[in-house]
Amino acid sequence: MIPAPFDYVRADSYDAAAAALGEHGDEAKLLAGGQSLLPLMKLRLATPAVVVDVSRARDLAYVRDDGGVLAIGALTRHCDVARSADVTAHAPLLAHAAGSVGDPQVRHRGTVGGSVAHADPSADIPTALLALGASYVVRGPGGTREVSAADFSTGFLETVLAPDELLVEIRVPSARGEAWGYEKFTRRAIDWATVAVAVQKRGGETSVALANMGSTVLRAAATEAALASGAGAADAAAHADEGTEPAADVTASAEFRRHLARVLTKRALVAAGR
Amino acid sequence: MTRITLTVDGAKYIDDVEPRMLLVHFLRERLGKTGTVVGCDTSNCGACTVHLDGRSVKSCNVLAVQSDGHEVTTIEGLASNGELHPMQAAFHECHALQCGYCTPGMIMQAIDLLQDNPSPSEEEIRSGLEGNLCRCTGYHNIVRAVQTAAGQPAGGAAATLEESAS
Amino acid sequence: MSILGTRVMRVEDPKFLTTGGVYVDDLRDPRLDGAGHVTYVRSVMAHARVTVDGSAAAALDGVLAVVTRADLADLAPPPVPLGFIPPALGRPWLADGVVRYVGEPIAAIVTESRYAGEDVAELVSVDYEPLTAVVDPRVSATDETLLFPDHGSNTALAFEAGSLDGLFDGCDVVVTQQITNQRVAPVPLEVRGTACVWEGDGDDARLTLWASTQSPHGARDQIATALSLDPDRVHFIAPDVGGGFGAKFGVSVEDLLLAVLSRRLGRPMRWTETRTENMLGMGHGRAQLQTVTIGGSRDGRITAYSLDVLQDSGAYPHFGAVLPFMTQLMATGTYDIERIAVRTKSVVTNTAPVVAYRGAGRPEATAAIERAVDMFAAEIGLDPVEVRRRNLFAKEAFPLTTQVGAAYDSGDYAGALDKVVAAAKYDELRAEQQRRRDSGDTKLLGIGVSSYVEITAGPEAGTEFARINVKPDGSVVVYTGTSPHGQGHATSFAMLAADELGVPIERITVVHGDTDLVARGGGTGGSRSLQLGGAAVHQGALETVDRARELAGDLFEAAAGDVVLDKARGGFHVAGSPDDVRGWAEVAASADAEHGLIVDTDFTAQGATFPFGAHVAVVEVDAETGKVTLLSMTTVDDAGPVINPVVVEGQRHGGIAQGVAQALFEEVRYDEDGNPQSTNLADYAFPSAAELPDFTLVDMATPSPLNPLGVKGIGEAGTIGATPAVQNAVVDAVAHLGVRHVEMPTTAERVWRAIQDAREGAK
Repeated sequence: MIPAPFDYVRADSYDAAAAALGEHGDEAKLLAGGQSLLPLMKLRLATPAVVVDVSRARDLAYVRDDGGVLAIGALTRHCDVARSADVTAHAPLLAHAAGSVGDPQVRHRGTVGGSVAHADPSADIPTALLALGASYVVRGPGGTREVSAADFSTGFLETVLAPDELLVEIRVPSARGEAWGYEKFTRRAIDWATVAVAVQKRGGETSVALANMGSTVLRAAATEAALASGAGAADAAAHADEGTEPAADVTASAEFRRHLARVLTKRALVAAGR
Repeated sequence: MTRITLTVDGAKYIDDVEPRMLLVHFLRERLGKTGTVVGCDTSNCGACTVHLDGRSVKSCNVLAVQSDGHEVTTIEGLASNGELHPMQAAFHECHALQCGYCTPGMIMQAIDLLQDNPSPSEEEIRSGLEGNLCRCTGYHNIVRAVQTAAGQPAGGAAATLEESAS
Repeated sequence: MSILGTRVMRVEDPKFLTTGGVYVDDLRDPRLDGAGHVTYVRSVMAHARVTVDGSAAAALDGVLAVVTRADLADLAPPPVPLGFIPPALGRPWLADGVVRYVGEPIAAIVTESRYAGEDVAELVSVDYEPLTAVVDPRVSATDETLLFPDHGSNTALAFEAGSLDGLFDGCDVVVTQQITNQRVAPVPLEVRGTACVWEGDGDDARLTLWASTQSPHGARDQIATALSLDPDRVHFIAPDVGGGFGAKFGVSVEDLLLAVLSRRLGRPMRWTETRTENMLGMGHGRAQLQTVTIGGSRDGRITAYSLDVLQDSGAYPHFGAVLPFMTQLMATGTYDIERIAVRTKSVVTNTAPVVAYRGAGRPEATAAIERAVDMFAAEIGLDPVEVRRRNLFAKEAFPLTTQVGAAYDSGDYAGALDKVVAAAKYDELRAEQQRRRDSGDTKLLGIGVSSYVEITAGPEAGTEFARINVKPDGSVVVYTGTSPHGQGHATSFAMLAADELGVPIERITVVHGDTDLVARGGGTGGSRSLQLGGAAVHQGALETVDRARELAGDLFEAAAGDVVLDKARGGFHVAGSPDDVRGWAEVAASADAEHGLIVDTDFTAQGATFPFGAHVAVVEVDAETGKVTLLSMTTVDDAGPVINPVVVEGQRHGGIAQGVAQALFEEVRYDEDGNPQSTNLADYAFPSAAELPDFTLVDMATPSPLNPLGVKGIGEAGTIGATPAVQNAVVDAVAHLGVRHVEMPTTAERVWRAIQDAREGAK
């Protein structure tokens, strides 16, 4: 299978990418690592008229300790995030999640920004970043804005990004020394999460994020509230699926996903010492 | 058409390709390197695994234009002067291939795995091969081969339980 | 010392390790230069009337042709794949006004470039007028909607054995269960592919066709029949084949049509399907709905068993329609059961055709009775191993003919069970299981046992061809009618020839897969190769030695009866005069200076053989999520004496993995409208190394009396034993919670629901 024909624009820097997006608008699709986009294009579920290849924009590939905030360039590959000493120190949950994406070959190509911008609700990276309270730096002709992870995805594969905007950086407040937990349930190792749960403690507060429990990654609000009121892990986890609308598919029914969300939340909380 | 320049198995190539051409098709159709094969549409099977700048990638999931300026190594670039790469030799010694279709991709991923982790546990080998499918071997002897290439006492293919006299 | 039974690494490996094999899509034969590329437009509806308009597509640059059924009206329909399938249920070249499954070819597009095909396919206009889709075989069996009105019924075939009258009279205990032996996809890593070229003109024209098949000679004959050609005018070549697993036995209509298109357009043609097409169109395996009923006494003696099979044949009956015959033949398994009755019916549905898949009818029989025996054991509260021991055919009973008419050649079923139980440390496993249950551990242990017997190279006594050619330089070329695609014949058959000829295997080459080079052959499938093809090589080697002794006798001016072969020295001498040795080269050259000594032979077996064994599977079940993890597989797979343990172990490993895959992971699903839900390897849960453990193999070799090597087939045994062992282990893990059965694949959700349902039921 091969993609439908498209026009190809190579953009080796942010500026070049911004110019290309400015010219082609919503006819264009950014190609970062391509590990989600290219399969969709081969199956012709995505048929962009213009592909803007940013895979070489190395000015967007970095990990920096920005004084209490971890700054990660959007085009940093999963394998580099998973092995980064800074990420392992300041956001071990993210390093772990990056090491759980797809398979080794996918992690060698796929980028964290690509994963965030693709906005698949079953993806590891946005789930971990949501629990970590990350924010996303978005830049376009109108300037630069910072969007919280909680506000970024607006629906299945949809985000607040305007057609001429790029996600350029991911900012993660340091969680150095804080406990975390990540529980991912799959049929096979290579599969997308049937359900995954990320837990990040920070000070006295605990954030819980859910993958594949709705059209976007979600916070388990009822569980977080129960924890805030002093509930134990088991009791709080019993609320994990409240307010969610998981889909049914060939992998699992909605009811089973709800059950998994509760079980995995309990386990992730226990792993994080709750 | 887009002009690309790249190195494949040590030789430099310059070619004009349609932007949508997949790297695997470039290798097969333009360079005749048919050792790298296609096994699926969704980048699940790993049969097309090659090294791009020394890291394993699925060449069905990379556009040829994305490899411009880079270095690609395929199964056909491993053996030197007729001498098998240790991973190739281990696959033979451990009978880690049957129909042979997954073998090039499996070997390329196995080499990457040991580059990353020279002394993997059996579990690490199995999870390191999670993106490569084989229908013939049940993976048992593939795991043995990786252990053998890593210099671990895997006992070759002789993993049969010895029977006491009965 | 004989080379047979020693660990010889495969001689065919080097190219696969360095440049890769040469599969159909890899062919760079200059005769294929300028080939047209064929792309099939496939139905997106399960059952509909269709009208096709390819004119817009045909007018595009680079499009050589858009072909629909109307363009092929002068051709007789392709022959049905098996003689006893009713012709009214045969498939057309391309959909003939009605489509009957999603993926059915409607039009063939021929383009100059390969990439253009997919683009053009989107431009072929197909109008669908939906008809009622019959997806559930139980609905099909009612004949409310007929798929083939001319046939008057949805039933393709039916078989039965034994009487249901009073079958369970006198039983203390009778247990019954409906079981789904689910539809699975064979998924060879190489998809289907074909290339062909016609050479010569008019009546002299000759077709060369390469296709990814297990049976080149059968495929050649299929093509010759379909095109009304003399078989001599078809040169069929199976190049390297990237796995078949039964599904590549013969060729499909998509392959055949290439020869037609090539002839008409006067160009070589190529076709390589996509994985999606392969999942939609190559065909699937298994697909039986079974009802088992088992009865016996409280002390564990099974006296009656019935099996009812509703076989989903898919849209156009293929080998799948015949699977129940094999299921029936193997219904009683390894058990000496007094009364047994089988009823089967194969019906058509609006799904992909069901074809042969590793085991083909026998795994279904084993799965049925092995679940039944476990349920019987659970009902009477006896250990499942013990119940099996009390009912197995005794070692002394062989040869025997079962109640359903299978002539078992040799076996020691209790011996296999005892060995595997000891090797798996069954008693320790049971103790650990109890410890976990008692301690409230949420990681439950399940132990599953299966005892199996299967039939290989059957059901009729088979035959196979071999040619032994000793060249004037003393090297040997072995020609075989089998067609290996990973099974290592080049090594094993060379060993067989080496053993009788006294020629080292380095000097022996094995040729297969080319109908011009090999006179005839049955291909590789049904685990037939060693016991027929290997036996033919063995027989041919013996005949070659006999012939060579005559030739050497002439050289020595002695009687052939006085000439002996000294295998260690690779030559002949007169008995008592060991110093004057004439080597193979000289003797072969004396037959024909150019070609050497050539001996053709056909081996005919005295009957099918019956490999057997026993498996123990150990699983861990997460009681909270239902997730099953396979911890270990220990197996005895007795296929008689082993020629090359390396190859046999590989066959067992692969077979076990496929059996496990059916039990735990894989299922082809359709929605109620007949839309397939698993059309790629992201959705279809083909397991990787990360989902499987190492396998522990225990040796056992009980010879067959039916061929001179004493060998039986090993290709499918692992699959047949593993599936029920694993399924039984999953049920066993949660049996104490009140669960009696879990359908395959035993996914986390199914196990979780079974636990929930058992809890509800207990309230």
